[in-house]
Amino acid sequence: MQWGSLAEFFAMGGYGLYVWTSFGATALCMGGEVLAVWRRSAAAGRRDES
Amino acid sequence: MSGTEFNWFKYSSPQAFHPLAGRLIPWFAAAAVGLIVVGLYVGFFIAPTDVTQGDAYRIIFVHVPAAWMSMFLYVIMAIWAGLGLGLNARPSFMMAQAIAPTGAMFTFLALFTGSMWGKPTWGAWWVWDARLTSELILLFQYIGIILLRSSIDDLRRADRASAVLALVGVINVPIIYFSVRWWNTLHQGASVSITAAPTMAGTMVTAMLVMMVGFWMYSIAVTLARMRCVIVERERQPSWGKQASIPDVAEAR
Repeated sequence: MQWGSLAEFFAMGGYGLYVWTSFGATALCMGGEVLAVWRRSAAAGRRDES
Repeated sequence: MSGTEFNWFKYSSPQAFHPLAGRLIPWFAAAAVGLIVVGLYVGFFIAPTDVTQGDAYRIIFVHVPAAWMSMFLYVIMAIWAGLGLGLNARPSFMMAQAIAPTGAMFTFLALFTGSMWGKPTWGAWWVWDARLTSELILLFQYIGIILLRSSIDDLRRADRASAVLALVGVINVPIIYFSVRWWNTLHQGASVSITAAPTMAGTMVTAMLVMMVGFWMYSIAVTLARMRCVIVERERQPSWGKQASIPDVAEAR
């Protein structure tokens, strides 16, 4: 492991902004898609019962 | 083949596929979470800092898997679309419909993370080079296919029209893949290919491949879940499979 401290880890050798924006956007998109499909299937399920 | 023949067509009907998909989703979802956690751990804590690019290179662990998925999913969507057209099979069209949004999402992510990588390494968020431009066209293709489908009310016409568009557009996938070889581009060549040894350290390749398999599992899980929605939504469509009769129309008024 090459990180001396937590701050060093978040700094990513000066590229922290780019690296964390990339991983954050990926997490947001994938999490958002799961949420969207979840809500869609809940809506479909409600119609299923009625 | 004697006596114990497996009925391959059993699960091709939406009624049988719906519960099967429901049982499979948790397994693919669990595999996706596990692989992505391991991939992130190897990528951030075991893979060393790159000599030339510093830690900016770590964007590769989401960028390359997202870019690969954007192309894989397009080809798979086009195969389902082609099967749907060839066999006139409704479930095939539904699979193509279920895959498109996930493919579009990964295409957007490939472009976005690429931009985040381009700025510190090339000094530009965007350049109109062959690889980037063809990937942007792929995003427009996905959006076009989704919009074309949603703009046609008749389900069978929507299925066929979006399938034709998906099939025609598959020509762009080899263009994206080979763009870094065919044209002189700013984008680097393939880091990992079938024909040559990887040009990266072993742990870097491991992290990238683990993330890629994780994204695969994620795509399967989320596509199956969306397929279930599509099945239910289509069954609820009152107009499906039945011609509107004059008494029906009169009654509706």
